[in-house]
Amino acid sequence: MVTRRLFTTTAAGAAAGMILTACGPKRLYEAPRDKLKARIAEMERKYKEEYGKDVKVSDAGPIPGVHFAYALDISRCIGCRRCVYACVAENNQSRDPQIQWIRVLSMEKEKGVDFSHANAYYQPAEVPEEGHFYIPVGCQQCEDSPCTKVCPTGATWAEKDGIVVIDYDWCIGCRYCMAACPYGARHFNWTEPTIPEGELNPNTHYLGNRPRPKGVVEKCTFCIQRARQGRYPACVEVCPVGARKFGNVLDPNSEIRYIIEHKRVLVLKEELNTVPRFFYFYAT
Amino acid sequence: MPHKGAVNSIRLFSGFTRGSLKLILQGNRAYWTWLAFLSVLIASGALAYARQVRVGLGVTAMRDQVSWGFYIGNFTFLVGVAAAAVVLVIPAYIYNWKPIREIVIYGELLALSAITMCLMFVLVDIGRPDRFWHLIPPFGHLNFPRSVLAWDVMVLNLYFIVNFLVATHILYRAFHGKPYIKRLVVPLVLLSIPMAVGIHTVTAFLYNGLAARPYWNSSILAPQFLASAFCSGPAILLVVVQLLRRFTRFDIQDAAIWKIAELMAYAMFLNLFLHGAEAFKEFYSNTQHLLFTRYWYFGVNGHHTLVPYAWSAVALNLISFGLFISPRTRRNFITLNIGCLATYAGVYIEKGMGLIIPGLTPDALGEIYEYYPTVSELRVAAGIFAVGFLLFTLMLKVAVPISLGEFMGRKTEREAAAAGVGRMEPEPVATPSEA
Repeated sequence: MVTRRLFTTTAAGAAAGMILTACGPKRLYEAPRDKLKARIAEMERKYKEEYGKDVKVSDAGPIPGVHFAYALDISRCIGCRRCVYACVAENNQSRDPQIQWIRVLSMEKEKGVDFSHANAYYQPAEVPEEGHFYIPVGCQQCEDSPCTKVCPTGATWAEKDGIVVIDYDWCIGCRYCMAACPYGARHFNWTEPTIPEGELNPNTHYLGNRPRPKGVVEKCTFCIQRARQGRYPACVEVCPVGARKFGNVLDPNSEIRYIIEHKRVLVLKEELNTVPRFFYFYAT
Repeated sequence: MPHKGAVNSIRLFSGFTRGSLKLILQGNRAYWTWLAFLSVLIASGALAYARQVRVGLGVTAMRDQVSWGFYIGNFTFLVGVAAAAVVLVIPAYIYNWKPIREIVIYGELLALSAITMCLMFVLVDIGRPDRFWHLIPPFGHLNFPRSVLAWDVMVLNLYFIVNFLVATHILYRAFHGKPYIKRLVVPLVLLSIPMAVGIHTVTAFLYNGLAARPYWNSSILAPQFLASAFCSGPAILLVVVQLLRRFTRFDIQDAAIWKIAELMAYAMFLNLFLHGAEAFKEFYSNTQHLLFTRYWYFGVNGHHTLVPYAWSAVALNLISFGLFISPRTRRNFITLNIGCLATYAGVYIEKGMGLIIPGLTPDALGEIYEYYPTVSELRVAAGIFAVGFLLFTLMLKVAVPISLGEFMGRKTEREAAAAGVGRMEPEPVATPSEA
């Protein structure tokens, strides 16, 4: 019968279409190299149009034998927030509305490390304040990360070098990861992010600091665009007291390895078993 | 010949569609006023949502500190309403208790409307609704089985399909004056019981599994979700059946209404007991995790926006428990309806605002940001509720006449007249042992 044949053909066509769509690359992380290159060229074109300068979007992958870790010396940190603003500039965070990947918490020495008495909005004439110490908190790059576990579309994952990244092209903005993160490290673009003309950092990475669209989540990536070029993250470079340490934990001669082996290090909210790659220590 | 059969069913189906349309377009002034009211709410919600899509979720009061709010609260509450159809299905089918069975079909229609609202609340909450398809395999990528949200997407959609099949099949067959196919309906109804428990359990696990939020990370959450759902779902349905009894020829025995009110009293007792158990553990052990419970009931450091809501919910739940447990007040229709409204309002507060906001306040780093929904959020939410009520109203408009035997296929009507059948009695369903 004609109708039956027509039906069969249509159904087969629809099924084939579905399979073809399903086989195509979905997340950037599954995309074959040439597809990714094409997508990156498209990004660079778009950013140049928007910001009026050449923007480099790197697709550098993890370096074999490299596993990043971070350590922060609580006894040295003076709470100046220079890391916060260096991070904003380096990683193209929105200026309006303000997004800041690092939150510096002022804590009372009397209370110790206690989040319920922490204050992120301290504004004295001079830091450090009497009787206070400071704990800067950003993404802890957890090995067993609750945020990647809950993401319904698999838009966020840990790379082989330990950096937890987000595919801004695939995130649907459900914010389940933000509810799951014990460190308040994830930030959402509640409205269109804005970066003043000329302030855009053109050295970007497709999983890191490239300009983000409205409606997706973003977070610290250990400055993936720098780290994979063998450079320090911006916060490490800017810290005036040298409280921030960063390096390859697999390299036995690295500074980070020395700290972990010789200092008493701790991680935040250890009882949650998130296994952070971000350590805190008291050097003195 | 299959060809002729197909043409025949198309004709029957178009008769069903045209008849349904005609029913929907007929109604008195109250009906049209109701529809106009809902349409105004829908239009206002759509305008607010259009602005939200243009500007971003910044038009809501949600921020990084409290990243979920009113939308997700409503979603959670409505999953409970959808699941509660089960409280009526269980006694009706398992114990074969006839008076309740007449209501079951309306419970299923209510579940369909509630699930529709749930999915809409999720849709308006996500930052990139244009990427909704990223969740749908094979086009997208569903992080199953790791993400509980992936589980929730699946069970909610399956539950919708099962209820849709059962409700439309029963009504469509009744329209043709035929009994429904037991081999199809009974297994689906039996499946829908664990599924109803399933959707609400999975929704509870959505929050429960987050160790970062101690207020949610308590194993009492899923049972407490179920207990409160078994209060709020029937509360709506009891009001609906009374309205139907008043305005249509639909009849339901008082005994059935009283029985459901009694079941609600037990559910409310369980709900209150579980709340009490949780409060004891938090206050007596007095750890840092008490902060969230304290924020809800007493406020923290001068932040107490939600405190009046917390105590209203407690009072409303206690009042409804009192009204339903005493046979005298649950058999008096004035106190019964006050109890229904109190239940609905109490559970709505504790499961909407009372679950989501204290879960996220103070935030993971101890900061208190006091969330309170903006007008834009309220308008979008009211619009979604209006869509749900509109859907429910229109479905009832068709379903009630069908089950009363007032609306039938033309051929069926002639046959029924010849057989001397004036009105369709609902066909008894086999108990599991019979099936």
